[in-house]
Formats: sequence, structure tokens, C-alpha cells
Amino acid sequence: MNQQELQNLRSMIVAHKRWDYLFGVLGILALMLGLMTFVALFSDMAVNGLARINVEFLTSFPSRRAANAGILSAWVGSVLVMVVTAFAAVPLGVAAGVYLEEYAPKNWVTDIIEINVSNLAGVPSIIYGLLALGLFVYTFGLGQSILTAGLTLALLILPVVIVATREAIRGIPQIIREGAYACGATTWQVVSDHIVPYASAGILTGVIIGMARAIGETAPIITVGALTFIAFLPTAPFTGEPPAGLFDWLFAPFTVMPIQMFNWTSRPEAAFLNNAAAAGFILVLMTLTMNGLAIWLRYRLRKNIKW
Amino acid sequence: MNSITNEAPLKAEARNLSFYYGNFQALKNINMPIYEKKVTSLIGPSGCGKSTYLRCFNRMHDLYPGNRYEGAIDFHPDHTDLLSKKVDPIEVRMRISMVFQKPNPFPKSIYENVAYGLRVRGESARSVIDDKVEAALRGAALWGEVKDRLKELGANLSGGQQQRLCIARALATDPELMLFDEPTSALDPIATASIEELISELKEKVTILIVTHNMQQAARISDYTAYMYIGEMVEFGVTDQIFIKPKRKETEDYITGRFG
Repeated sequence: MNQQELQNLRSMIVAHKRWDYLFGVLGILALMLGLMTFVALFSDMAVNGLARINVEFLTSFPSRRAANAGILSAWVGSVLVMVVTAFAAVPLGVAAGVYLEEYAPKNWVTDIIEINVSNLAGVPSIIYGLLALGLFVYTFGLGQSILTAGLTLALLILPVVIVATREAIRGIPQIIREGAYACGATTWQVVSDHIVPYASAGILTGVIIGMARAIGETAPIITVGALTFIAFLPTAPFTGEPPAGLFDWLFAPFTVMPIQMFNWTSRPEAAFLNNAAAAGFILVLMTLTMNGLAIWLRYRLRKNIKW
Repeated sequence: MNSITNEAPLKAEARNLSFYYGNFQALKNINMPIYEKKVTSLIGPSGCGKSTYLRCFNRMHDLYPGNRYEGAIDFHPDHTDLLSKKVDPIEVRMRISMVFQKPNPFPKSIYENVAYGLRVRGESARSVIDDKVEAALRGAALWGEVKDRLKELGANLSGGQQQRLCIARALATDPELMLFDEPTSALDPIATASIEELISELKEKVTILIVTHNMQQAARISDYTAYMYIGEMVEFGVTDQIFIKPKRKETEDYITGRFG
């Protein structure tokens, strides 16, 4: 290769590399656009709301006076609804995912079920609210309660849990399965001793990400009839009217964080907007904490899983 | 090393065994004896069906849809037909254990890996499991290296140790027949030598059927050798005879390296 050819080659490489550079800049801009929007929103909420966040804000019921109003009933409601959601969505979703991966025969019925599980994830959340209103509130008579809300959100995140379970199960090498079957295990023994334990990191991650979505849901919760103003907590176990039981709180009326926020933003007084910003700040913290927990759990559980 | 007595009793016998992956016939009318407490190796070029054949013995093909057996594997001394639809594949796998090509320890402790076969059988007495785990690890020549770290993950062991762990797992349940599917193909020469030595020791207690891609390995460790080609059993015989005086031209071509 003579000097001229070498020159040409080098200038060609420089010209090609310009595209690398251009795309890199474009990528960073695209990333920044998303991140900055969130940072701007979050810092705006922080500026408006941080002054309101103190112990009283967390331990007070809503009030007509903005300065006295708090989010006690809202965050307790959100936490209790999430507990019900988790207890309903995890067993159902994991069972469905395990069935589809390990038990279901490969035929057109299974194919149709698989397609529709993915479709479910795309159904607008208000539709789940309408379904729950008809099914849980009226047909089953569960009332406009924490139980109804929790089950509704469980339905909403069920596809997320199923898909996460299946993805996690597919990550388990076939040779591990064969090793277990070769020991004489039944399918149930393979599932309970190997598949579910090894997939648990992925399943948990999916569950928590689904819950982080559910905790911010407003539409289906309003549809099933959450209250917007509530100045009492659900009854603690064994403290309600006789015969008081462990699960009385399941049937209590409630509100949740996003509804409390919505309520405050629709008030004319500016002070309530600061309350809404403060509540929003705490809601975002709750979801970020859940996502952080998902990352940490995944890290912890994967440490002991090596193929 | 290959002391053969012609009156070695039969452990199993394949009779007119054919196997289909869907419409594709992978094994064609195989007839072959397997002698008790001997090592029988299956050799042949890639894709000849030797692994497919091996995996008939513990009904591994039942795990996947569309697979079909024809013929029989007569398992002695009770003459159970391993391939019969009436015989539960789990019963077959309880009697016949398997070691895979790539070491596949479960992501559990060394102890739990070896104990798994016992747990599947409902054994829950700690002392019984302790004893059998130790015996199996000794049998797999691994006890000395792991006896102080039984709680550690199996995956923390070296490749050769992992494979011996898998042998211990397969050994812990006192199988009547052990299947080895190219057990050393993922290992270095030193680990390979230790596994070969182990297999030669194991035949004191158990019948062994091994697939190997390595003819020298077959010659070193086995008493009987079968040469397979495109789903057919070309020649079966005493290992020395197969390697020194093969009866069939195809076998000779393969063994001398003119083919394959």
C-alpha cells in the first residue's frame, strides 16, 4: 500500500467514525431528554412540597385547612392495598407462569392463552376498574373496600408477574432441568425444588416492578369507589365492633396516595397544591424505594445462583 | 485391563429398538446386550445417534413432545421393558442414573446436590442422608477435597470436581445402571484422567454405559464397545476385538481414522 492509498484509507476511516460520534451525541441527548424531564418534575415537586413534609404531614388526616392536612389515611391505604395486591398477584401469577412453561402441552390452546396474556398487559387500567366494579363490588359483594382495590390492582399486574415468571424460568438452563429429572424427580418436584427457587430473583423483580406501577394507579381505584376524603384508619385486627377479626381492615373504606393528590390539585387554594406536591414527592420516593428493593433483591438472590 | 469373562450376566438388552424425533427416524432397529458390572462404550461420528440411544435408557426423550420409541429394552433381572408405555419413566430414572456431557450441578450446596436423589425418594432421616452423601462422595473420589466445605455451592468447584460431584449425585441412590453422556468432553486432560479412573473403579459396583467421542477413551476404559453410524448399530463386541480386529470394514475405517 503506497502513501496515497494509506492517506485515502485513513480519511475514509475518519469519515466513517464521524457517524459513531454523531450517534453517540444523539443517544446522549435522547437519554437526557427522558432523564431531565423526570429530574425537572421531581425537583419542582421537591421545591413546592419539601416545606410541607414533616412528621405531622405523615400522621395527620386530610383537613379543610391545608396547613393541617396530612396523608395518613392515604399512605396507610396505599400500603394495605399493596399488601392485598401482592398476596393475590404473586401466587396466581407464579402459578400461571409455571404452568405455561413447565406443564402446558405445546398446542394451539396454549398458544392462544399465551397471546392473550400479552394482550392483557395492554388493556387500559380503567377497564380493569369497570370489571372490578361489576365483579368484586356488585357480584361478589366485597364492597368499595381495600380488598376490592387490592384484587383489582392484582388483576392489573397479573400479566406483568406472569411474563416475569416465564422469562425467569426460561433463563434456567435445560440441562439443570434434565439433571433433576434424571434423579427421578416428578415435574412437581422439579418445579418446587429447582424451577421456582432458581427463578425467584427474576420473579421478585417482576413483582416489585408491577407493584411500583400499581401503587401509582388512580383510574381503576376511583372506579371501584375509593373515597377522596377519609378521616379514619381501617380497623386494626381484633379492635373493631364484635365479632372483631384479624381481617376486618380488608372491608374498610379507604383512599390511596394518587387519589389524595388528585383531590388536592383540584382545590382552588394554592396551599393545597403544595400538599399535592409533597404527597407526590413521597409517592415517587415509595416507587423508587420499591425499584431499589427490586435491584437489591435481584443482586442478593443471584449471588447464590450460578450455572 | 479388559478382562472379559464370556459368561458375564446380562443387565439389559435392546431389542429392535427404533426411535423417532417426530417423523425423523434417529435410531434404526438396534439390538445390543449390556453386561452386568461392565463398561460398555458407544462410539461413532457426531450425529450417529449414540446420545439419542443412551437417552432411551432413562426415558429422557419423554420430556419432549413428538418423540416415539419402538421395540424394547429388556432390563434384568426383572425383565421390565424400559420403553413400555406402562412403565413410568420416573420408575426407570429411579433405577438408572445419568451423568451429562457438561457438569450440571444444581445451584445448591455440595451436600444438597448429592442428597437430591435421596430427597426425591422421600428420605428425610438426617443420619441416613449424611452417610449416603459421604459414601457417594467417597465413591466419586471427591470426599477428601470437599469434606470441609459441604455447605459451599457446587458451582464453586472446578470443572472436573463438578463432574465428580454429578457422578456422586448419580451414585448416591445406588443405581443399577449408570449412563454417561460424553462425561469428559468439557474437561481438561487431568480431570479427564481422574474421571476415567473413577469409571473403571465404579464398575465393581454398577453397570456402566458410556457415550464417548474419544476412541482412545473407549479403548482405555471399556470392556465392550459398540460402533454406531447414522442411527444403526454397525458392530458390537469386546473392546479389544473391536479395536484390534474389527469384523466390519466400516468399523475399521472409523477406528483407523480413515473415516469420521
